[in-house]
Amino acid sequence: MDKEDIDDVGHKYHLELVLEDILDKDSTVNCTAEVLYHLPNKNLPPDVQFTIEGELKNTDEADSMFYNRIKSLEKELVAEDIPDSHGNVAPEMEPVRLLAWVASGYVIWQNSTENTKFQLAQIKHVKQVKRSDEYLEFDYRILLHEMVSQEIIPWQMTVLWHPHHGVQVTQDSRQPKHASE
Amino acid sequence: QLDFWLAPRGPGHPVDVRVPFPSLQPLKAHLEANGVSYSIMIEDVQALVDHERTEMLRGRRQLPLSTNTFDYATYHSLDEIYTFMDLLVAENPNLVSKIEIGRSTENRPLYVLKFSKGGTNRPAVWIDTGIHSREWVTQASGVWFAKKIVLDHKNDQGLASILDKMDIFLEIVTNPDGFVFTQTQNRMWRKTRSRHSGSACIGVDPNRNWDAGFGGPGASSNPCSETYHGPYANSEPEVKAIVDFVKNHGNIKAFVSIHSYSQLLLYPYGYTSTPVPDQQELHQISKEAVTALSSLYGTNYKYGSIITTIYQASGGTIDWTYNQGIKYSFTFELRDTGRYGFLLPAKQIVPTAQETWLALKVIMLHALDHLY
Repeated sequence: MDKEDIDDVGHKYHLELVLEDILDKDSTVNCTAEVLYHLPNKNLPPDVQFTIEGELKNTDEADSMFYNRIKSLEKELVAEDIPDSHGNVAPEMEPVRLLAWVASGYVIWQNSTENTKFQLAQIKHVKQVKRSDEYLEFDYRILLHEMVSQEIIPWQMTVLWHPHHGVQVTQDSRQPKHASE
Repeated sequence: QLDFWLAPRGPGHPVDVRVPFPSLQPLKAHLEANGVSYSIMIEDVQALVDHERTEMLRGRRQLPLSTNTFDYATYHSLDEIYTFMDLLVAENPNLVSKIEIGRSTENRPLYVLKFSKGGTNRPAVWIDTGIHSREWVTQASGVWFAKKIVLDHKNDQGLASILDKMDIFLEIVTNPDGFVFTQTQNRMWRKTRSRHSGSACIGVDPNRNWDAGFGGPGASSNPCSETYHGPYANSEPEVKAIVDFVKNHGNIKAFVSIHSYSQLLLYPYGYTSTPVPDQQELHQISKEAVTALSSLYGTNYKYGSIITTIYQASGGTIDWTYNQGIKYSFTFELRDTGRYGFLLPAKQIVPTAQETWLALKVIMLHALDHLY
């Protein structure tokens, strides 16, 4: 990793990293990236440019299975606490969790600075929103864990997904903490 | 059909009412038509009831009858862990004893297990888990370590040689109030449960409350913050109890405080970037300990001083213990690196404890071979 200070602009990091498929640890791909953190007073999310060397694995089959399963549900999917307190995730909820993980990556990106380190801590609540078009829509309430402050930050995000059109976060907002927390 | 939970008393007094689904719309319309304001306290009472029932069924598990039938691969309640401790002592009275070192804010006993083959005030190793209550894999690992010491104290050469000359002190639930709170109210609770005047917010970060750079950068003076250092050093009884114990004992040679998550092995300092005088030795020990840890399941750890490896943190445990003269002061951050974070699946408890134990043995053996 290299760091470059650019006057009046910010800090630019040059990174070489290896992407690892979380579902298949032996499947890796090299990646180079440039991340520009703007000056704090600008209040802008970091700029990211990247190149992937090679191809990511094909996930068509798993995508279709999940898509068709949700599309054919009679009642909208609703679930809470994924994982639960003991780290359990019901097998049929695993794709819902992975989708939240991807979507939270966008939220994290948009809210990151050089002094933050976010992780998705838990999905508190997820509710499917039925749509008349081909997209799947989920309304998530998640908890983000910020490492430096150690805060647990509730966040709401609306996520759209389609196997051919990828993931979109159409709306997201930080939520207030409850009094009991 | 309206079920009043707080009955009408007269004008100016609020009323709480459970409304069956078919009556929701008519009632809302009626209230609105009459200018009566309302708010929703519980959206779905049935969901709460169902949830409570599952919780209670889970809680009705039998308390363990022996440490041999205890399930180490699952998370336990405070009662179950305290019962485990008593069982361990009863089964091994010549090796294990239980000491109460103080009481928590909510008056729960703070217990330390002492593993000793005899002698008087032998040089000792201290290990604590669960100082941050939401880091559940740590208390669970502490339970496993306790059993491991009992199982291995004769036949494992390294452990036997340690116990020939040294005692081991193990505090499994260092923050019992927080732990109970994570089980009953908020799984993500980190701090103690103390109230300090002038704030509605509860709790102090017990790993910012020690007298080492107390109140400096790397802790918060905001009582509502997760890293609130507290009104003064050792304000928290959970911290004070350990401070008193360490000072009274006077012969602790290695001190290890265990957290999760991030997969790190850390040594002082957190409050300042000045390296400790023993930096090189601690760095070398860390390297060996991490190598031993990884050898089991390939788990990757990074190591270094707190301030260079994670972030600046003031008022931390091992900064204080190091400054007390306890050279071999270390902090672990156990599995994982964020995929499950605090919600580590129970099936990872035993592998985590097993690999961590190998690292702990490296530290203890080094202390044994370099007593000072």
